[in-house]
Amino acid sequence: MAPKIQLEHVSKIFGPRPKSVIPKIKNGMSKEEILAETGHTVGVYDASMEIEEGEIFVIMGLSGSGKSTLIRCFNMLNKPTDGAIQIDGEDIVKSTRAKLKEVRQKKVAMVFQHFGLFNHRTIMANVEYGLEVRNISKEERREIAQKNIESVGLKGYEDKYPDELSGGMQQRVGLARALANDPDILLMDEPFSALDPLIRREMQLELLDIQERLQKTIIFITHDVNEAFKLGDRVAVMKDGKVNQIGTPEEILEKPANDYIADFIRDIDRSKVFQAEHIMIQPNALVSMKDGLNVARKEMEENGISSVFVVDRSRHVKGIVTIDDAIQGLKEKKSLQDVMRTDITIVQKDEYVNDLIPKALESSFPLAVVNEENKLAGFILRVHVLSGLAADDVDESDEYQDGLLKNEAVKN
Amino acid sequence: MDVFPDITFQFGSYIESFVNYLNTSLDAFFEFIYIVSSNFINGIEQILIGMPWWLFIALIILLGWYFKSLPAGIVYGVFMFLVGTFELWEDMMTTIAIVMTAVIISLALGIPLGVWMAFSKRFSIVMRPILDAMQTMPTFVYLIPAIFFFGLGNVSAIFATLIYAIPPVIRLTELAIRGVDKEVIESAESFGSSRWQMLFKIQLPQALPTIMAGVNQTTMMALAMVVIASMVGAQGLGEQVLVSINQIDIALGAEAGISIVFLAVIIDRIVGGLADKFQKHRRIS
Repeated sequence: MAPKIQLEHVSKIFGPRPKSVIPKIKNGMSKEEILAETGHTVGVYDASMEIEEGEIFVIMGLSGSGKSTLIRCFNMLNKPTDGAIQIDGEDIVKSTRAKLKEVRQKKVAMVFQHFGLFNHRTIMANVEYGLEVRNISKEERREIAQKNIESVGLKGYEDKYPDELSGGMQQRVGLARALANDPDILLMDEPFSALDPLIRREMQLELLDIQERLQKTIIFITHDVNEAFKLGDRVAVMKDGKVNQIGTPEEILEKPANDYIADFIRDIDRSKVFQAEHIMIQPNALVSMKDGLNVARKEMEENGISSVFVVDRSRHVKGIVTIDDAIQGLKEKKSLQDVMRTDITIVQKDEYVNDLIPKALESSFPLAVVNEENKLAGFILRVHVLSGLAADDVDESDEYQDGLLKNEAVKN
Repeated sequence: MDVFPDITFQFGSYIESFVNYLNTSLDAFFEFIYIVSSNFINGIEQILIGMPWWLFIALIILLGWYFKSLPAGIVYGVFMFLVGTFELWEDMMTTIAIVMTAVIISLALGIPLGVWMAFSKRFSIVMRPILDAMQTMPTFVYLIPAIFFFGLGNVSAIFATLIYAIPPVIRLTELAIRGVDKEVIESAESFGSSRWQMLFKIQLPQALPTIMAGVNQTTMMALAMVVIASMVGAQGLGEQVLVSINQIDIALGAEAGISIVFLAVIIDRIVGGLADKFQKHRRIS
C-alpha cells in the first residue's frame, strides 16, 4: 500500500533568494557557512520520509533542528523551497490555491505549541471555526463541535473563553478544534511542551486513546526523547535541519545512527520503551493438554529446561509443568493435569517492561506472553525483566538462559 | 558673508495651482461631498437638539454606568446639566454632531487604509511620511484649502478635522493587524481560511482593542480641532470660544472652555470603557 504521506527531498531555506542556496548545500556547505556567506537560513535540508496511514510518527530534535519548520511544510504554512510532499499520492507543493485550501479544510489539521486559540471566541466558537470556514450550517457545526468538546472532556465549558481555562484545558480545545474537521492527518507541533509534567502525561495517554479510537495519521513534534519513544510508532531524529535517523524506538535504541543520537538517548528509561515482546524468548518446547507426563519430561530433558508451558489445541496457555513435578508425578502415576500448576502470570506482548516488574516479582514462574488472540507467543524469565531495566543490550542475557532456568527451578 | 544664492523654488505657488486645478476640475466631486456631509451633520444635529434635554442626560448617565460605574455616570450627567446652565446646550449638541461626523468618516476611511498598510509593505512605506506630515503640519494650514473647497461652515470644519484626526486610527489599525499573534494566524490559516475570513473572523476581532485605542485618540483630536475649526465657520462650543477671544469676554471663555473639558472627559471615558469591554478576553495567554 502506498504511504499516506511521502516526503521527497524536501528543503526549506529562509532568505531573499532561497533557491540560489540549494546548489551550495548540495556541494556540502554547512548551515553556518551558508548563513555567513549568503545570509540565508537553512530550515530543513533534504528530508525524505514515508508515513503510513494510522501511525504516530514523531519528529524529534532540539530547538533549531528544523522540526517545527518541517511540520509546517505538511500543510504548506511553509512552502518548501525544493522537493515534493505527496499526500495520498498528490503533491501539495504544486497544488493550486483552491486545492490547498481544500486539503487544509478536510485532510490536515494542526495543533499548536501555544494552542493558537482565538481568544475573542468562546470555546464553542473556537471548535466550530474549521467548520465555519467550510460554510457548514450553524446547526450541523454546533452539533459536531459539541460532540468533540465532550470527547475531550470539556462539557460545560462551551461558553467560556480560552483565557478562563487552564493550559491543559486550552490544549484540549486545540485538539477538539483540530478533530472537529475529521481530518485524516493530525499535525501536532510540540503540543504538550507548554504543559506541566502531570498534565502532560495525562494528555499523552489521552492522545494514545484518541489514536486507538480514531486511527488518524499523526505527525508529532517533540524535543523530549521520553515523549517521542512513548508515543511514536516510528521516530525521526533531526539535527541542524537534517534527518539523521528514522526508525522504531527499539531500532533507534539498539542501533543509534551516530554519536549524537547515542548521546541523545542515553538518559532514556528503557523499561518504558521495550515491551514484553522485545525481551521474550520464543518457546522451543511446549506440551499440549492431551500429552502425557512422559512427553513433558522428554521435552524438558531434550531441550535442557526445567519447566515447560502447557497449551491447548489452539495454543492457549493452560499452565506450567516443572521437571521436578513431572518426575514426582510419574512415580505416583498421576496425569499431566494433576501436576500442572495453573498459578502462572500471563502478560500481553505489548505490555511495557516497566509494568512487568511487579508481576515478575510476584510470580514464581516465567511470565507467559500472549498475543492479541491470547495465544502463547513466548515467555520471559523473571530475571530478564529486572535485568532489562539496566541492560545495555537485552540480547546478551540469552547466554545465561540455561543457568537461570536452573535457578528458577531451584526456587520452585 | 555669503548670503543664500538667488535660487527660488515656488513650492507654495505649485501647491496653490494644484489646489486651484482640483477645485475647478473636481468641482462636482466637492459639491457632492459637501451635500453628503452637510446633510449628515445636520441630521445628527437635528436629532440631538430635538431630543429632550433630560433624555440626553439620562442616556449619558446610562452609558457612564454601563462602561464605568454608576457614580461615574451621575458625575457625567451633572457635567451635562452644568453645560445647560451655561446656556450652551445647543452649542454643545452642534459640537457633538461635528465630532461624531468627523469620527465616523475617519473610521470609515482610516480602518480600511490601516488594513491595507498592514498587508502591503509598499503602501505602508508610502503612507508613513504622509501621515507624519498630516500630524506635524500646523493645523491652521488645513483651514485654507478647506475654505477653498467648501466655503465657510461646518463642512470645512469636518474636512480640516478629518485630516488632523485620522492618522492615529490608521496607524493603530496597521499596528494592531500586524501585531496579531503569529500562531493564531497560522492556526486560522491551517484550517484553510480564505483571506476575507481571516480578516473578518480573526485579524480584525483580534486587533479591535488596539484599534479602539486609535478610535479614542482620533476622537480626542477631533474634539481639539473643533475649536480651531471654528475659524472657518464651525459652529458650536468652538465658535463661543472664538467669540470670547474677539470680545475679551472672560466669562464666556471660561464657560465655553470648561464645557469642552467636560465633553472631552465624558467622551474619553465612554470610548475608553468601550475599548476595555473589547479587551476582556483578549489577553495573550
